[in-house]
Amino acid sequence: MDTLIDNSDVFIAGFRTTIYLFLISAVGALVLGVVIGAMRVAPVKAANVFGTVYVNTVRNTPLTLLMFFFAFGYDKLGLIDLSYFTLAAVALSMYTASYVAETIRSGINTVPVGQAEAARAIGLPFTQTLGLIVLPQAFRAVVPPMVSVFVALLKNTTIAAGFSVAEAGAIRATLSERGEPQLVVLLWVAAIFVALVMILSLVQNRLEKKWAVSR
Amino acid sequence: MTTVLYDVPGPKAIARNRVIAVATVLLAAAVIGFVVYRFAITGQFDARKWELFTYPQVWERIGSAIVSTLSAFALGAVLSLALGFALAIGRLSEHAWVRVPCAVFTELFRAVPLLILMMIIYYGLPPLGVQGITPYAAVVAGLTLYNGSVLAEVFRAGILSLPPGQAEAGYAIGMRKSGVMSIILIPQAVRAMLPVIIAQLVVILKDTALGFLITYQELLFTAKFLSSQQSFDFPVIPVTIVVSIIYIGLCLILSAVAKLVELRIRRGSRRAVPADEEPPTQTEAMATVRR
Repeated sequence: MDTLIDNSDVFIAGFRTTIYLFLISAVGALVLGVVIGAMRVAPVKAANVFGTVYVNTVRNTPLTLLMFFFAFGYDKLGLIDLSYFTLAAVALSMYTASYVAETIRSGINTVPVGQAEAARAIGLPFTQTLGLIVLPQAFRAVVPPMVSVFVALLKNTTIAAGFSVAEAGAIRATLSERGEPQLVVLLWVAAIFVALVMILSLVQNRLEKKWAVSR
Repeated sequence: MTTVLYDVPGPKAIARNRVIAVATVLLAAAVIGFVVYRFAITGQFDARKWELFTYPQVWERIGSAIVSTLSAFALGAVLSLALGFALAIGRLSEHAWVRVPCAVFTELFRAVPLLILMMIIYYGLPPLGVQGITPYAAVVAGLTLYNGSVLAEVFRAGILSLPPGQAEAGYAIGMRKSGVMSIILIPQAVRAMLPVIIAQLVVILKDTALGFLITYQELLFTAKFLSSQQSFDFPVIPVTIVVSIIYIGLCLILSAVAKLVELRIRRGSRRAVPADEEPPTQTEAMATVRR
């Protein structure tokens, strides 16, 4: 306990960066993931192919390699200077977007075709079929696995610590210079992560209970 | 054909879809073109930066790095599967003193980030007097604890998804609990969950790259070493391109091998599900497992 209290400044700063990184990457991943997911289900062959290639490439690349590219390779390209934090957020967004896209696609696939056909049969136009019939049903199937994707994202933010972002994963390195026992520090970091993941799981369970009934 | 989202396109929609298709191709070409253009004007395609790939020693290094990556993956995968089975069976036990510790273990190790887990093993244990923690041991132990817990949930979900009549029939003909589990439930659960298990194996392969951050000399570690060679003008981008191709290739080969195994298993057994029922795709199956 002393380790945590004596070094609360480092712990707070580290986890604040982690949570910022998580929130920014989550928004980025959601935006990019929706675009890629939409491409995968679009009626246009070219968009399907592009979406599939993106998802299959990124999902078969380790996140560490993606971060490696952005942390060490990006500045060789002579583009605008970005901080390691921003680069880590870009890498996390690109990586997580492929999982978001797949979650959305499989969510839409859980809606039976008959639902949409019935909607068209009673004369609903495209926007209403989508907005009133298909998406509300797909949304219910998407939310629980989407929370899992974000739990994975939260845990993946620790990798950024290996690429000069001073977040929770880097607390150990900072505190070992202060002579704190590394095991105790790491166990505290792990415990805080378990708590954060439990909060997200709680949200997931509540949403699942709330929406499970009406299917 | 109608889909959930779109009706059969009429003449207007066909024309519009063509326009969208052209726009998509142009946009994709623009993005890829921009990246390649930046690579080109910053000299990433210069012969000097690629020269190191003409040396056999470099390829020997890459080769031994691939072996390191694969050996961590192979041992990690085997141990994860074993731990996953043990935890899944433990969590389904009728005895609370087995069930509760297994449940706590699974939930705990799924919630801790894998990198932190590896750091705990690599940096945290030696000061306590634990001997022989090599980076390899830390990577394999981390992969096993984390993925074993994830796989335990996969197996458990697979076993729970089977109709209760399967186990009941086993008991009715006088089988013991161990027989029902090993002869009736597990083979069907594994078959049902194979796509998710394969996806998790790919995750293990990808996560070996975390070893780079705790100084395990695997593929990415070697990439860092090669890209810091001043005599080749710091070839970060060429090395990253080559290493990406190797990683993606390894993952695709693993998926392909796993698909072959899956086909064999499916063909070699009488199936409980009707033949016209499609097996779940990887993502559909994944969505059914709460992680």
